Amino acid sequence: MTAAALAPTPTTAPAPAAPSAVQVQAAERAAIDASASGPVLFFFGSAILWLLLATVLGFISSVQLHSPGFLADCPIFTYGRILPAYNNALAYGWATLSGMGVAIWLLARLCRVQIKIPAVLVTGAIFWQAGLTLGIGQILAGKTTGVEGLEIPGSAAVLMLFGYMLVGLWGALLFGYRRQAPAYISVWYLVAALFWFTWTFGLAHLSIQLPGVTGVVQSLVAAWATQNFLHVFITAIGLATAYYLIPKVINRPVHSYHLASTGFWAFILFSGLTGAVRLSGGPLPVWLVTLSIAATILLIVQIATVSANLLLTMDGQYHMVYHSPTIRFTVFGALSFTIASVVGLLASLRSFDRLLHFTFFQSAQTHLLLYAFFSMVMFGAIYYILPRLVGCEWLSSTMIRWHFLAVAYGAGTLIVSLAVGGIASGAALADPGMIFSQVIEDGVRYHIGATLGWVMLALGHVIFAFHFLLMLFRIGQPGGEPTLFAPIGEEKH
Amino acid sequence: MNRSLHLFAGIIGSFALSCYALVLLPQQQLGGLQPQIAEDEGKIVDIYPVKNVSHEEGRAIYQSEGCFYCHSQQVRDEQNGTDLARGWGVRRTVARDYIFEKTPVLGSMRIGPDLANVGSPKWRNENEGEYATYKPKKRDASWHLLHLYAPRTVIKSSNMPPYRYLFETKKISGQRSVDALDLTGLDAPEPGYEVVPKPEATKLVAYLLSLDKSHPLKEVKGSAPEVAAK
Ligand code: HEC
Repeated sequence: MTAAALAPTPTTAPAPAAPSAVQVQAAERAAIDASASGPVLFFFGSAILWLLLATVLGFISSVQLHSPGFLADCPIFTYGRILPAYNNALAYGWATLSGMGVAIWLLARLCRVQIKIPAVLVTGAIFWQAGLTLGIGQILAGKTTGVEGLEIPGSAAVLMLFGYMLVGLWGALLFGYRRQAPAYISVWYLVAALFWFTWTFGLAHLSIQLPGVTGVVQSLVAAWATQNFLHVFITAIGLATAYYLIPKVINRPVHSYHLASTGFWAFILFSGLTGAVRLSGGPLPVWLVTLSIAATILLIVQIATVSANLLLTMDGQYHMVYHSPTIRFTVFGALSFTIASVVGLLASLRSFDRLLHFTFFQSAQTHLLLYAFFSMVMFGAIYYILPRLVGCEWLSSTMIRWHFLAVAYGAGTLIVSLAVGGIASGAALADPGMIFSQVIEDGVRYHIGATLGWVMLALGHVIFAFHFLLMLFRIGQPGGEPTLFAPIGEEKH
Repeated sequence: MNRSLHLFAGIIGSFALSCYALVLLPQQQLGGLQPQIAEDEGKIVDIYPVKNVSHEEGRAIYQSEGCFYCHSQQVRDEQNGTDLARGWGVRRTVARDYIFEKTPVLGSMRIGPDLANVGSPKWRNENEGEYATYKPKKRDASWHLLHLYAPRTVIKSSNMPPYRYLFETKKISGQRSVDALDLTGLDAPEPGYEVVPKPEATKLVAYLLSLDKSHPLKEVKGSAPEVAAK
């Protein structure tokens, strides 16, 4: 419906500008950036602190799988507490805060509205993080709800939700006051993300308080909430960002608005129905799992349209990955989205799920989506946005290059170790004659592989955090020309 | 404006659909599940499941220590894996098995074996052999305590974390405590000392030994029909 109205003149993020209007537009953008800079810097800065914490926790949990004695004598470091602490720090600390920072900036830019009373956004972020800190503290102290994916106890979750709603409300206001119609595809995804998160998070945590929700329904609610978080909220923000950055940096419109629109509607319709695959084979009515598998298969429409659209937009411009850090990270992320989605589709099929369900393959899939896709796109976005907020360019292309190498190889090593380890143990357990101890022993090498991946990720994150810190102190190249790996024009083949 | 109406309608409608299909409808279907009651000439002879109140504390420790990040508590049927062949249960588990658990610990990983029936006399994992030094056919409380304290003393390649903090090392005063662990080698405490479980460990093990979902249910084919038919 919307697509037909917008075609055939595709609207892109960079509004076509008559030469006389260029300066006016530049001034408007500068004013918007100035209004956004306080809260967005706060979101990014705190997100990166959470990323560092998640790195430490993720590393510890990984080591414990091959050296179970590691930090085992201190209850707060036991695997069963470190792991959920890691998951929450990564998902609600790093991913959500970086995602909200990018979302707010994108909404302000794309709706062409300055942010009024930015202190509300900062307050929102403070409440969110106060709740999260409390929640993770309670997990480490053993006071979790005991529901996988919703571990954070109610009181802390309320603080988080309140903080989130302040941010969500401000996002909605930016949309309400927009001066740019029609809304760009990224805006659709962002509005969807803001709405879905509030309701999923709120209802899921509420269900734990409701005495009427018990048994497998409670597990189902948790699965639904986790799936919505990853496959609606996180995915929507990641795609919104990719749809903005790729056309913007290579300076050409999105290939097809029809495709973008079809992809969006398929996404919003089917993604929210996929949650029960997390309990495939479990003690639930079969129709639920069948419904979710069907929805996962139908998502092929979105996978195909989004992937084709982004790839066709890049067509002929792939050399940009040699020049632009933003493009290098974002294209890596976009390709990971395609891989993650196709893998997710195949793994949901009963014949594969039977083997892979309770293995590390699941963890590989989560990291493919949350790290290789989403986090890489966020890195790309931060490389793009930050110079516009602080007024200088990134100091060192070498540091960016090292960041990329470390996290790309780190994520690759981690994900491949988890995936191959998962397949190996799944195949072994499918043979009833194979004893459990043998499976554990064979798994050690994959756990060591995962830990190696973590070491590389840690290196990348430290470099990135340091570079970010320099930017906060305005230590960088003079503003204007972006810091590139290689000047455009000097092709490197 | 019209376009944003489409957008809002789509977003709200799709969320409502998701919530209805995956939360409200299942709650409607499963929320009212009752225990299965077998009557004989008007007298109740059998109820399953039974509310397991005496082990709530042990269950809370199972949750707070995060055992469920490594252990599932759900048995799948033959089409979905080798759970039955491995001896982790005599039948698959179904929704009715969990009605009295507010927050069930179904688990999503099997770094260790499934524990849905670990307290059942029919539970089997693996036997004594090359990998396991001490594996009685029926694991009793003292076996579980030893395994919790130092998994590798009983299963050589185990990567289950040791839960030594659920135990304390005490000076033996007079008689050795009855529940002191029989530790040898590197794990043994200094002479004159003994390792005894804290109340948490005792409760946790009592909870583990109470786990048994092998009772036959009419909705599960293959679970012994005599009781179910009544
Ligand atoms: C890091 C993952 C991990 C965590 C956390 C974990 N386990 Fe285990 N568990 C294992 C593995 C692996 C095995 C199989 C090897 C063995 O028996 O030690 C196992 C085996 C078991 C067994 C069965 C032993 C048998 O063969 O009879 C029990 C019972 C058990 N764990 C209970 C617990 C309890 C209770 C907790 C929480 C306090 C817990 N586990 C936490 C990994 C874990």
